[in-house]
Amino acid sequence: MGEVKLEKFNFMTTTLNDAIGWARKFSIFQYPFVTACCGMEYMATACAHYDVDRFGAGFPRFSPRQSDVLFVVGTISHKMAPVLKKVYEQMCEPKWVVAFGVCTCTGGFYDNYATVMGIDTIIPVDVYIPGCPPRPENVLDGLMKLQEKIQNQKQEI
Amino acid sequence: MNLAEKVKSKFPNLVQETLEQNGDQVVVVRKDAIKSLASSLKTDPEFQFNLLTDLTAVDYLHWEEKEIRFEVIYNLFSLTKNHRLFIKARVPETDPTIDSVAPLWPAANWYEREVWDMFGIRFKGHPDLKRILMYEGFDGHPLRKDYPYNKRQPLIGSMN
Repeated sequence: MGEVKLEKFNFMTTTLNDAIGWARKFSIFQYPFVTACCGMEYMATACAHYDVDRFGAGFPRFSPRQSDVLFVVGTISHKMAPVLKKVYEQMCEPKWVVAFGVCTCTGGFYDNYATVMGIDTIIPVDVYIPGCPPRPENVLDGLMKLQEKIQNQKQEI
Repeated sequence: MNLAEKVKSKFPNLVQETLEQNGDQVVVVRKDAIKSLASSLKTDPEFQFNLLTDLTAVDYLHWEEKEIRFEVIYNLFSLTKNHRLFIKARVPETDPTIDSVAPLWPAANWYEREVWDMFGIRFKGHPDLKRILMYEGFDGHPLRKDYPYNKRQPLIGSMN
């Protein structure tokens, strides 16, 4: 038995927090809450050309209980607001919310009797993606910012 | 003689005036004439308006040439005769009520609920006149021209 050379074994050191964050940020199951024209741009982003699967987010789930990130895509009206809140409350922790497009960020150019002035008046939002509608590159930028946020936060287990 | 003039010559005491706008035949009536005119036009063998394709309203609040504020507009079509007629019934602001045509054309049921919801015009004889687009507890009628565009609703709160 000679001396054991550590470099013969491939290994790395990390913290549990970082490891869980790394796992979570590359396995985003998204719930697309699509109500309006931004949905077209969401579909363009999700299709093969921009390949959202590179970020581990290529698997939309249409059940809130199985998803991690709520993508709110399009204008939310006052009658839709209770539905959005219920969907958010049905999601399991840990969960994140992305506001996709100016209507979900601030209400956009709507200031009328029917429109919610930004979904952050109803539910907490992690990433805002502005644009009317945002380009796919902008969406991917928002997605990477969300990954960064997931990686760096304290991981609740 | 075009269609609107035919209607006027047949019902001279119900029709106030006739118009032709971009090829559309229009008859203008007072609001208390709408029920008898509508039922006559539906059953009359010359007209046979068996389809109500649309029912809506217009608020002429800021139009100085309009003395009466609202117009309820009926878009009638005859599938057998293949002709179309618009009826405009003038409804004053002081008494925003008009007879329902839902007993004649069931299609009018939801249209009249929408006009009630958006303009606050009541339809007498409607089977279930309640809001259709906005929710219960909504304050006001949003398509009226004097509804403030940025008004905040009591059930929603100041944030929205």
